[in-house]
Amino acid sequence: MTTKPEITIDHIGKDYGQITALGDVSFNIEPGEFLALVGMSGGGKSTLLRMIAGLETPTRGQVLFNHETREDSAVVIRVMFQEDRLLPWMTVLDNLSFKSHDAQQQAEAKKLLHLVDLDEYAQQFPNQLSGGQKQRVALARALMSHPQVLLLDEPLGALDALTRRKMQDLILHICEQQQLTTILVTHDVNEAARMADRIVVMKHETNYAEFNGPTDRHDAGQVGLVAEDVLDAILHDKVES
Amino acid sequence: MQKTVALSPALPPKPKTRSFSFKGFLPFLIPVLVVAIWQLSSSLGWLSTNILPSPWAVLQDGVKLTQSGELPKNMSISLYRATLGLVIGGGLGFVLGFVNGMSNTARLLFDSSIQMVRNVPHLALIPLIIIWLGINESAKISLVAIGTMFPVYINTFNGIRNVDPDLIEMGQSYNLSKRELFQKIIFPAALPQVLVGVRYALGVMWTTLIVAETISANSGIGYMSTNAEDFVDMETVILCIVIYAILGKISDLVAKSFETLFLDWQTLGRSSK
Repeated sequence: MTTKPEITIDHIGKDYGQITALGDVSFNIEPGEFLALVGMSGGGKSTLLRMIAGLETPTRGQVLFNHETREDSAVVIRVMFQEDRLLPWMTVLDNLSFKSHDAQQQAEAKKLLHLVDLDEYAQQFPNQLSGGQKQRVALARALMSHPQVLLLDEPLGALDALTRRKMQDLILHICEQQQLTTILVTHDVNEAARMADRIVVMKHETNYAEFNGPTDRHDAGQVGLVAEDVLDAILHDKVES
Repeated sequence: MQKTVALSPALPPKPKTRSFSFKGFLPFLIPVLVVAIWQLSSSLGWLSTNILPSPWAVLQDGVKLTQSGELPKNMSISLYRATLGLVIGGGLGFVLGFVNGMSNTARLLFDSSIQMVRNVPHLALIPLIIIWLGINESAKISLVAIGTMFPVYINTFNGIRNVDPDLIEMGQSYNLSKRELFQKIIFPAALPQVLVGVRYALGVMWTTLIVAETISANSGIGYMSTNAEDFVDMETVILCIVIYAILGKISDLVAKSFETLFLDWQTLGRSSK
């Protein structure tokens, strides 16, 4: 098993024809850190996440995992998308193991379903689950094969407030327990302030500002203050950090 | 030791109990009524037997032809032609649809030509096929194959092309190999559309066979019908039409059973809502 990776975003940029989605972005993500990327729509945060995941190729720059490129590194990266992207023709259990007959994979899938409290749904099909349950399955699937890096592309955006809060707690619990290096893309500054160790504001096609998360994420006052600062940075061109 | 975070009561949906009702009989109501009225009209003399023989007379004719062995012989030869034509045509349609759906180069090379040929009504090829192949088995099987190839092709092609790209991207992000991507994502996603093609092809299969056997054959249900027409044997003519209807219905049931077998996840999903 590889050690927890440090992720280096090294002068990365992305152009779509004449349009620049990301200009020049550089920063580091510490091993085991929970980082949130926030910003307005079109700020390039999802593009950056997709390049870290290897789903898009950067026009310039590179992403390094412990100083190695994704191809050279043995790091296991998993993405959880905004849509659950479950395969409707497979049962919940098969969605985790991709119908593998490997006993170890099956056992791991069952263990993860237990972790997200969906043991009894193992033989159900995704169409039979609620939106929140589907996202819990997607989270369990993302945890298969012991990833070291978990990339969350607005996975809670479509959920109601209560389910969303419960999912935040579950993700935080799992990320802390498994010491995952996590990057969360979100529109919700409160979510970012509540969950992340560090918040990066994406603006003007670059990493515009950075904020530390609250020292106590259970303190609503502290979370609110961080969220206010982040919101100020997104909406106005002033940064007080 | 991993700790479980309780989120919501995990109660799986209760299985639906199956109930038998009048609704189950509804699809049979119209055919039963039509046959009853038909029989009644014949028995009361409202319908001339020269125009339309009674269902009872048609049934008797069926029994007589079965006992003489003529009906089973012609039915089996028709079934043989239909099945072989469908397997060849459907198989070719699937392979072409798969190749063109998966490869942009193959699509650019073949699809335009296939679409051009597809627009020629395949029954218009009958004179050409008779000239080339005579009236032997290969002529009729070829016609069925040509007729069934295009519905399977077009639906397989579209089924593969319209697979949700998000699902493919998800598979790629989980490092699935190309083979696994096809087996676990692309093929199952395209399957409902492929089966629509097969169901449509089954209809085309019977239509083509009827025409082919009526025009150029010395065996089969179509031949039996044409032969009966020459002798103004109305019972056999009607019997052949009824047999085609029954075979068509059986084909449709077979296609539906494929859907039930392979697409059970669709119904399960709906039934729980």
